[in-house]
Amino acid sequence: MSELWNWGFVLEILPRLLGGLVVTVEATLGGFVIAIVLGLLLALGRRSENPWISQPIGAIVEFIRSTPLLVQLFFFFFVLPRYGIRLPAFLVGTVALGLHYGTYTSEVYRAGIDAVDRGQWEAATALNFSPLRVWTGIILPQAIPPMYPALGNYLIGMFKESAQLLAITVTELMLTARVIGTETFRFLEPITMAGLLYFLISYPSALLVQRLEARYARRS
Amino acid sequence: MHADHNQNSAVDPIIRFEKVTKIFGDLTVLRELDFEVGPQEKVTIVGPSGSGKTTILRVLMTLEKPNNGVIWVDGDPLWHEKKDGKLVEAKEKHLRKVRGKIGMVFQHFYLFPHMTALRNVTEAPIHVLKMPKGDAEERAKELLNKVGLSDKFEHYPSQLSGGQKQRVAIARALAMRPKVMLFDEVTSALDPELVGEVLNVIRELAEEGDMAMLLVTHEMGFAREVSDRVVFFDKGQVVEQGPPADIFDNPQSERTKTFFSAILRH
Amino acid sequence: MQNQSTWVRSRNYVFWIIGILMVGIAIGVSLIAKPPEIAPFDLLPAILRGLGVTIQLTVGGAILALVVALIAGIARSSRNAIVRGISSVYVEVFRGSSVLVQMFWIFFVLPLPPFNIELTALQAGILALGLNVGAYGAEVVRGAIQAIDRGQIEASIALNMSPGLMMRRVIIPQATVRILPPFGNLMIELLKATSLASLITLSDITFQAASLRQTVGRIPEVFSLLLVIYFLLAYPLTLGVRWIESRRRWAA
Repeated sequence: MSELWNWGFVLEILPRLLGGLVVTVEATLGGFVIAIVLGLLLALGRRSENPWISQPIGAIVEFIRSTPLLVQLFFFFFVLPRYGIRLPAFLVGTVALGLHYGTYTSEVYRAGIDAVDRGQWEAATALNFSPLRVWTGIILPQAIPPMYPALGNYLIGMFKESAQLLAITVTELMLTARVIGTETFRFLEPITMAGLLYFLISYPSALLVQRLEARYARRS
Repeated sequence: MHADHNQNSAVDPIIRFEKVTKIFGDLTVLRELDFEVGPQEKVTIVGPSGSGKTTILRVLMTLEKPNNGVIWVDGDPLWHEKKDGKLVEAKEKHLRKVRGKIGMVFQHFYLFPHMTALRNVTEAPIHVLKMPKGDAEERAKELLNKVGLSDKFEHYPSQLSGGQKQRVAIARALAMRPKVMLFDEVTSALDPELVGEVLNVIRELAEEGDMAMLLVTHEMGFAREVSDRVVFFDKGQVVEQGPPADIFDNPQSERTKTFFSAILRH
Repeated sequence: MQNQSTWVRSRNYVFWIIGILMVGIAIGVSLIAKPPEIAPFDLLPAILRGLGVTIQLTVGGAILALVVALIAGIARSSRNAIVRGISSVYVEVFRGSSVLVQMFWIFFVLPLPPFNIELTALQAGILALGLNVGAYGAEVVRGAIQAIDRGQIEASIALNMSPGLMMRRVIIPQATVRILPPFGNLMIELLKATSLASLITLSDITFQAASLRQTVGRIPEVFSLLLVIYFLLAYPLTLGVRWIESRRRWAA
C-alpha cells in the first residue's frame, strides 16, 4: 500500500478531527456542569435525616456507580424514545455523562462536607443562622475549595470517557476518527491522532490538578 | 453584684429547667433536673467530668434535645411551643426565635476560618438580625475594641493566638445581644499564659451586670471572684449550690468535699 | 456505618427488603400481565450467553493489569532513571486517554503496518483493559511502596539485607496490604469497562443485549436487565472492598 505515516493525510483530516474534539469538549463541559450540580444535590439528599429521602437516593447512587456508562448511554438513548421523549443524541449523551459522574462527585461532596469541623455547625447554631445560611455562608465555603483537585480529576476523566458517546452516534472525536478510518481505509493516522489529542489535553491538565492538590495539602 | 441567691427567686428567672432529662444511649446525663438562673445572675457550674454540666449548656443552646422536661427562657418555652393552651414540640421557627436570646462561647472557639475577625463578628448580625452592614461593622469594631483586639480586625483566625481567638468568639457572641451568655470551659483549651486575658474579659462582662451568665469552668479562683452562685453538679443532679464562699469554704455534702479535695491536691 | 445503633441498622435492612420485594413484585406482575411475548426472564439466557466473554475479559484483564501494575509500579520507584523514565512514559500515556481509545487503537491500528500484529477481538480487549488499568494500578503500587516507613528501609539496611531481599521480605508484604482496597476499586472499574469491548465486536453481555434490540425489540426490559446484571456483578465487589477496608483499619 502507501507509506506508513502520511503527514499530508494528517493535515487533511486534522480540521475534521478538531471538529470532533470541539464536540467532545462541549459534551464534557456540559456533563461537568450537570455533574457538579447534581453531585451536591445527591450529597445533600444522602445526608438527609429523613430515610425516605436518603435511602432511595443512596440506592440510586450505588446502582449508577456499579453499572457501566456505556450501558447507561444505551439505556437512555434507546429507551427514552419509547416513552415519547425524542432528544438529540448529543443531549442524551451529555446528560447521561453528567448523571453518571454526578454520582462520583456526590461522594466527593460528602467527604468534603464531612471534613468540615463539627464545631462549625455548633457555632452556626449558637449564632442562630438560618439553615440555608449555615450551608451557603459557613459550611460550603469551607467544604468546597479542598474538593477542587478531586473535581478536577473527574473533569479530566469525563473528557476521556466522553469517547463512549460514539456508541450513541454523537460525532465526538473518537467517532470522527473511526468514521474517517472506515471512509478512507486508513486507520493509523486518525486513531493515533485522536489518541494524541486526548493525551495533549488530559496530561497537562492532570499536572495542573496535581499542583492544585499540593497547594491544598500544604494548607491543611 | 454578689446578690444573695434567695433574692433572685423573687424575680422571674430568665432560665428555668423543669424536670429536664437527657439520656445518651445507656447513660442518663441529666436526671429530672430543676434549675434556675436569674435575669442578671452569674452562675458557675463545677463538678467532675462526665457529670453532665456541659450538657446543661448544650441543651440550652439547642445543640442537644432533652428527652423529657421543659426549659423556659425569658418566659417562653424553648423546646416546646404553646398551642391552644398546651405545650407541643417546637418547630424550627419557634426554636430560632427563642434561641436568639442565648449566646454561647465554646471551648474550642469554632471561629469561622474563612472569615476575618471582623467578619466573624458581623456575619450573624447581618444575616440573622438583618442589621445593615455599616451598623454591624461599627458594633463589631466596638466589641473587638472592648475585648482588646483593636488591631486585629482584618486578621484571620489562623493568624491569632488561642486567647485572641477566644476573645473574638466572645465578641461574636455578644454582637447578637443575648440575654444569657453561656461559657463552656472557655479557657480549658488555652495555654496557661493566655488564660488570663480571656478571664479578664469575662470578669469585665460580669461586672457590667446586664446579662445573665452561665459558666462551666475549672478555674475555681475565677469562679469564686465572679459568681453570684456556684453549683456543684455530679451524676446529672445538683448536689449543692449557693454563694461561692459557702460552696468553696464550707461545703456540706460529702461528694462536694471529695471533689474539692481532689482538685486542691493538684 | 459501624457506629449506627442497632435500631438504625435494622431499619436500613427493612428498606432494603422493601426495595427487593418491590422489584420482585414488579417482575412478577410483568410476568403475569404481559401477553404472549417473551417475559423478561426469557431474555436472560440470551444476554447471559455473553457472560463467558465478560468474565474472560474481566479475569484476563485483571491478571494482566496486576502483573503490569507490579512491574511498572516497582519500576517507577526505581533509583535507575532510565527504568523510571520508561515506566513513567507507559503510565502517563495509558492514563492520558480512555480504555476505549486504546481498545480501538489495538483493534484497528495494530494489525496495520508497521506493527502488523493481528489480535483477536478478545485478545485486543484483554490487552487494552490490562494495560490501561495496569497504568492506574502502577500508581497505586508506587504509592504503597513510597508509603512504607523510611525506618523500615533503614533497619533493613542496618541488618545488611540486599535490595532484593529487602524488597521481597520487608517492602512487598507491607505494600500488599496497602494496595488491596484501591486495587479492588480498579477491578470494579475494569469489570464495567469490559462493556466497551462490545464496541469492537466482542460478544459480551452488552453486545448480546444490543443485538437483542434488533431482533426482539423490548428495549426497556433488555437494557434494564443488562444494568441489573452488571449491578449484581459489581456491587458485591464493592461491598467486598469496603469490608477489606474496614478490616484493615484494625490491622494497621
